[in-house]
Amino acid sequence: MSTTKVKVAENAAKFIQQDDIHEKLHDQNLWNVRMRRDTVASAIPEWEELRTLASRIKEHTLTHLDEYVLQFADNAEKRGIKVHWASTAEDHNRIVYEILASHQVKRLVKSKSMLQEECHMAPYLEKRGITLTETDLGERIQQLSGQDPSHIVMPAIHQTKEDIAKLFAEKIGTDPNKVDANYLTEAMRNNARPKFLEAEATMTGANFAIAETGSFVVCTNEGNADLGAAIAPLHIASIGIEKMVPKVEDMGVFIRLLSRSAVGTAATQYTSHFSGPRKGTEMHIILTDHGRSHRLGLEDFWSSLKCIRCGACMNTCPVYRRSGGLSYGATYSGPIGIILDPSYDEDKYSELPFHSSLCGSCTEVCPVRIDIAEQIVKWRKVMSAKKKLPVGLRLAFGVTGTVFKYPWVFRTAEAAGKWALKFAPDALIYNKTLNAWGRQRKLPEFADQTFRDWYLKNRNKEPKA
Amino acid sequence: MLAAIRKNMPKDKVAYPRLPSFEVAGKDLKRTFEESLSKAGGKLFDIANKEEALQLFAELYPDAKVVCSATAEWTGNKSLEEVSAPGELENVDVAVIRARFGVAETGMVWLTEHELIVNSLAFLAQHLVILLDPDEISENMHTAYRRVDLQRADYGVFVMGPSATADVGAVLVRGAQGPRSLSLFFTKSL
Ligand code: SF4
Repeated sequence: MSTTKVKVAENAAKFIQQDDIHEKLHDQNLWNVRMRRDTVASAIPEWEELRTLASRIKEHTLTHLDEYVLQFADNAEKRGIKVHWASTAEDHNRIVYEILASHQVKRLVKSKSMLQEECHMAPYLEKRGITLTETDLGERIQQLSGQDPSHIVMPAIHQTKEDIAKLFAEKIGTDPNKVDANYLTEAMRNNARPKFLEAEATMTGANFAIAETGSFVVCTNEGNADLGAAIAPLHIASIGIEKMVPKVEDMGVFIRLLSRSAVGTAATQYTSHFSGPRKGTEMHIILTDHGRSHRLGLEDFWSSLKCIRCGACMNTCPVYRRSGGLSYGATYSGPIGIILDPSYDEDKYSELPFHSSLCGSCTEVCPVRIDIAEQIVKWRKVMSAKKKLPVGLRLAFGVTGTVFKYPWVFRTAEAAGKWALKFAPDALIYNKTLNAWGRQRKLPEFADQTFRDWYLKNRNKEPKA
Repeated sequence: MLAAIRKNMPKDKVAYPRLPSFEVAGKDLKRTFEESLSKAGGKLFDIANKEEALQLFAELYPDAKVVCSATAEWTGNKSLEEVSAPGELENVDVAVIRARFGVAETGMVWLTEHELIVNSLAFLAQHLVILLDPDEISENMHTAYRRVDLQRADYGVFVMGPSATADVGAVLVRGAQGPRSLSLFFTKSL
């Protein structure tokens, strides 16, 4: 993997400047999703309580993770599932390949798995002669584009219908003049069908793993995971160890939150529970660590393992919406990416924590109550302490040294949206219209005083460090 | 790997919370279910008897050539008993399946391999007809998860309407990789 530093602000500027269409549409589409999330969330009186419960269940599980991982593995094995253990991405990929090779698999269909993305599994398998087809439409678009997914739930959200019409015309022979979502979706449905029928193996990820029964749960809207699993004689699931939940009844809490937070629907069209192989077929699970146990030991950052990959923090983030996901140069982008990616490579992702206005909206929407904005600030501290800031950013963020020293100042900075405009470096304020950060965002009630005013007035009253 | 987890686990343990079921007394479960499933793109019909069901079926699917049923209450023209590989169901136009129960909050129905006989039926078929007893509706996801018996089913799925995607230009399209439509027939038995 390359360790060249990702220049996220520069990349974002390119995304914005490419034309007058992409950034605008991206921003608008994701904002619409965010608004739908608000509508469905507010229709549930116990929404805030559900978030607290989800957070507790995950914290409980993570602080007893050894027990639950063991319990899950035991129960899955009792049901006839073969369980493998992978500490690293390399282990994961090697195990997958060994299973496929021992079954002479040449054609593989897979549904979306962020863990498999993390492990860069697709190129690994392709190099070894496996024909791999992404079956989630968004992932398939990205596969045909030769790009990584730009969003964890909507992988091709940075592409317009026109882009996709052009791509499909080139790759699967559709009419380049037909720029219609129904037509394009239908074309890919027909293109994918034979691949499902021919595949000798299928792969999925898992949204949840239930320790009590050894079951794993996969959520999709397209039914592509189920289609693959219902036909292929071999099913391999990649599961990160942080996916554990203790009991079946926990799923009630998480399913109520997941898709409402993600795209504003009551649930995904399919919520599928795999607890054992279909008769006459094989099922394998690869329990994968890949940096998770390391993160579990980071006092400031372990709670990021609660993440259920809903993408709500991305949809709400004014910086992400305007940057496009590919700008982050990582498997995870947006606010969740900012707090996950540096734990893999502090050099490569050293700029990421500064690609935020610290408006705190991500923390507000996170269904498992991860303190995302505070973790972003803590990562800034890590980067500053290690002098990993580019000079420009170091100067610009000099003023925020205060914020580093006194987290309570950050918490008081309710007017963060305004604050960002005044204090963020030019690289971050690349909007063509300056007020765009807060254009549509549900801003917290602004005090009359901006943070800057407050800061100037109060700087002499600060407690001595 | 377990050693790595143990070494890094936070020392402060968090207790497992008590989970309420958030039921609301007096809720009209059938109506809630209807509203939820409609939002998810499903169509619902109250069915009084077999005749009515047959007539509706003919109206809904005038062009259906291959009909496959997973329930003894309905006779199609492709028998699941003759299916030796799941891919053989690829030409099914309409599948008829009886669901064990529905969930009012979301409009989902619960299906396992016991209802499906061949799991691929629910995904390869172009259209789904789901039979549901209106008295078998669970209020919300908390109550629903008390009814799923994962010990008894290797595969179980909550299906919420037809398959869908919004991956092209954020436009919602029903009929992604799985069924293009889902019609729910409310009936105790046919
Ligand atoms: S951090 Fe929270 S909001 Fe963001 S993807 Fe994870 S669970 Fe969703």
